[in-house]
Amino acid sequence: MPDLLQLTHIRKTFPGVVALDDVSFSISAGEIHTLLGENGAGKSTLMNVLTGFYAPDCGSLQFEGQAVHFSSPRDSLALGIGMVHQHFMLVAAHSVFENILIALQGIPLLFPRQQLRTRIQQTIEEFSLDLELDTPVWKLSIGAQQWIELIKLLMRDCRLLILDEPTAVLTPQETDKLFSVLQRLKQQGKSIIFISHKMREVMEISDRVTILKKGCSITTLEQGDFDQHKLATLMIGSDRIPEWQKSLPFSDEIVLEIENLAVRNDRGLADLDNFSLQLKKGEILGIAGIAGNGQKALAEALTGLVRVDSGRVLAAGVDITRSCARNSYIAGIAHIPEDRKAIGIVPDLTLDENLILKNFRTKRFRHGIFQNRSAIRKNAAEKIDQFAIKAGPQGSPVRLLSGGNIQKVIIARELSEQPAVLVALYPTRGLDIGSAEYVHKVIADGASRGMSTIMISEDLDELYKICDRIAVIFRGRLIGYVDPTNASREQIGLMMSGEVPA
Amino acid sequence: MNLQFRVEKREQGGPLFRILAIIASILIALFVAGFLLLAAGVDPAAAYLEILREALGSSYGISETLVKTTPLIITGLAVSVAFRMQIWNIGAEGQLYMGACAATWVALFSGVQGSLTLPAMFVAAFIAGGLWASVAGLLRARWQVNEVIVTLLMNYIAILLTDYLIFGPWKNPDGFNFPITAQFSQAARFSEYFDSRLHSGFFLALFCALAIYLLMERTIWGFQVKAIGSNPAAARYAGMKTGLAIFLVLTLSGAIAGIAGFSEVAGLQHRLQHGLAPGYGYTAIIIAWLARRSALGVVIVSFLLGVLLVGGDSLQLSWQLPVAFAYAFQGLILFFLLASDFFINFRLRRITEETDG
Repeated sequence: MPDLLQLTHIRKTFPGVVALDDVSFSISAGEIHTLLGENGAGKSTLMNVLTGFYAPDCGSLQFEGQAVHFSSPRDSLALGIGMVHQHFMLVAAHSVFENILIALQGIPLLFPRQQLRTRIQQTIEEFSLDLELDTPVWKLSIGAQQWIELIKLLMRDCRLLILDEPTAVLTPQETDKLFSVLQRLKQQGKSIIFISHKMREVMEISDRVTILKKGCSITTLEQGDFDQHKLATLMIGSDRIPEWQKSLPFSDEIVLEIENLAVRNDRGLADLDNFSLQLKKGEILGIAGIAGNGQKALAEALTGLVRVDSGRVLAAGVDITRSCARNSYIAGIAHIPEDRKAIGIVPDLTLDENLILKNFRTKRFRHGIFQNRSAIRKNAAEKIDQFAIKAGPQGSPVRLLSGGNIQKVIIARELSEQPAVLVALYPTRGLDIGSAEYVHKVIADGASRGMSTIMISEDLDELYKICDRIAVIFRGRLIGYVDPTNASREQIGLMMSGEVPA
Repeated sequence: MNLQFRVEKREQGGPLFRILAIIASILIALFVAGFLLLAAGVDPAAAYLEILREALGSSYGISETLVKTTPLIITGLAVSVAFRMQIWNIGAEGQLYMGACAATWVALFSGVQGSLTLPAMFVAAFIAGGLWASVAGLLRARWQVNEVIVTLLMNYIAILLTDYLIFGPWKNPDGFNFPITAQFSQAARFSEYFDSRLHSGFFLALFCALAIYLLMERTIWGFQVKAIGSNPAAARYAGMKTGLAIFLVLTLSGAIAGIAGFSEVAGLQHRLQHGLAPGYGYTAIIIAWLARRSALGVVIVSFLLGVLLVGGDSLQLSWQLPVAFAYAFQGLILFFLLASDFFINFRLRRITEETDG
């Protein structure tokens, strides 16, 4: 099969960093090619080279045998290379139709509205997607928003589609749907670059897998030549995966009890509706559910970030429903937020400063009104060591760290005051295997010290692996608890769509 | 071969690089302003020499420069404190006026006398400026009313209020109907030094700079302000009370600007009069912008602009150039300094076409 796109010896450096060292691989027409690599291996940079955001320092790109140079994303789009980014580029207040319209090229000033609508509708039907053209984007689930991004590319007749961790925000059912769409696209002769960390998916969908490590393409394997174990070994190489053991059986003592909690969002809809939950001491309780069914509201209600409309939260028997975030923290609830960069860190402050963001007022870190700089530095050194954070140069802003390291900074900070309860919202989303395992280890270690964890995740594999119990949430209500040791994925999947078990 | 350039992010240069960029942009501004001078029929080199000679060439010149620098430092600090939290205090001018009014009230009408007078004036100016700005702080913190509009509009109120006082109840009965208050007693005046107009206000300004530096860089409160300024969502999530901090920062900003008013009446005017501050509160915005985060930066930039103010005055005298020239000059320097920011953070690189195979 002829190569659609070929990359040879691509190298891209930024001041002080070699982001891509030596990357070569090729994509054939009608192929699903997976890129696998840890965070910081250079996947994002490589994608930015492919889509014309960055020009490589050296190396060459060949499209259908012709050498090409992209000086802007426009150039790569013109050749039919399109990308679905991890963070969608959608206008939330506009309708689905309007968002797709923005992406289309060469539309006349007085555009043929009906004709375009029909064309888009055809595409939607062709892949039997569940999408209404007139719905405003903010009303849609994350999964549906991803469909819009995909349709945008299809409407532009893209021949090479790049999907950057598309399944990170999808339920198992949505993922299956996406994969069937990708298979159809492949049959139509489109090429797809698929980026994921989830081994199960990589195994299921890939025709070929190229492994990136530290800016180099290590090897490309054909389907049949790889299994999960081999891929993991190649990807991580000599780096050690932290080992951990699931905690001992937890006690029956209830540390946190949620009674009939209701939270309405600013659109007046119920995020949480008569939600009740019991958390036992030393337990890791998973919350499974499709995105947008109240998980975020649950975490925010527990950590005092949203107003609770009715119901109570009892921590060790004390009503903490109305206390503010600070008081909750003192009450011993730590929180790993969903959006790391948006609310987890203060990007312009240093690592040291971010580590004391919550407890900067404690006696240890101050002399009167002045900050105790040596104590702050010492604290940071301890945490860097303890949590294996790869810190940049002293005093540089924390935003320069990689996603995995930023997550470690947040976890180090949240766990530093020995919380009784940890509320973790998608704590491993977007992390590489090594970092994700590390997060699991920290949570499991905490559990063995008696810390209870509410682990909210969309990755069922993750919940199966680490949780003692799994609670399923649907439209803001608790559907039921399951025991991961004897519940099937299908059973949980049904509960996630609202079916109450008999 | 076509010439194409690409904008590339540059590794953060050190402080030396920054200073070089500032010097370079001032030189370019001088160069461009030279054409304006030529158009006015003045030899630019001679004019620049004149500015330097006037502002720095004599002990008198230096003292005058420092006198102009004083209110610029204090108002610059006031604005920069709020900038740290991404709060824009455009009202330093009005807060300065309110500080001056309060200090005048203490000096002339409160009955406080002797060595207590100056401290009482200081406190009164601090509170008055703070209260004036706290209105905007409250509106912003409680109801998200844009502080730019509120602080700006309150300038007009403050200046008109001052006018009312000096045209009305506070007018000097022995002042031949001029709109000025009576002169302050000696107890309400700063000491002067070196037989010039240089007064204690300058040292007060330096002290303020040190205090602000310590407050912002070393205290837990400054830490909060930095955190909220950089990412309010994360700060709220970490349990910081952002609304309260916004209110306090604007109040503090106004209080500092109030000190500038105190310093001007106690050190220079010795009475309250119209045109107390010829736009110091607005120049302060430029200063805070250029100095970015640093209190030391505010001092340095204020001094540079002080040189320009004093030197610019002399151009009016020597060559009968209009006062607008000094402002045009200020504007050019600001323009090129802001442009230099771009080159500090980015570089242009020529795209070289590789021809292969």
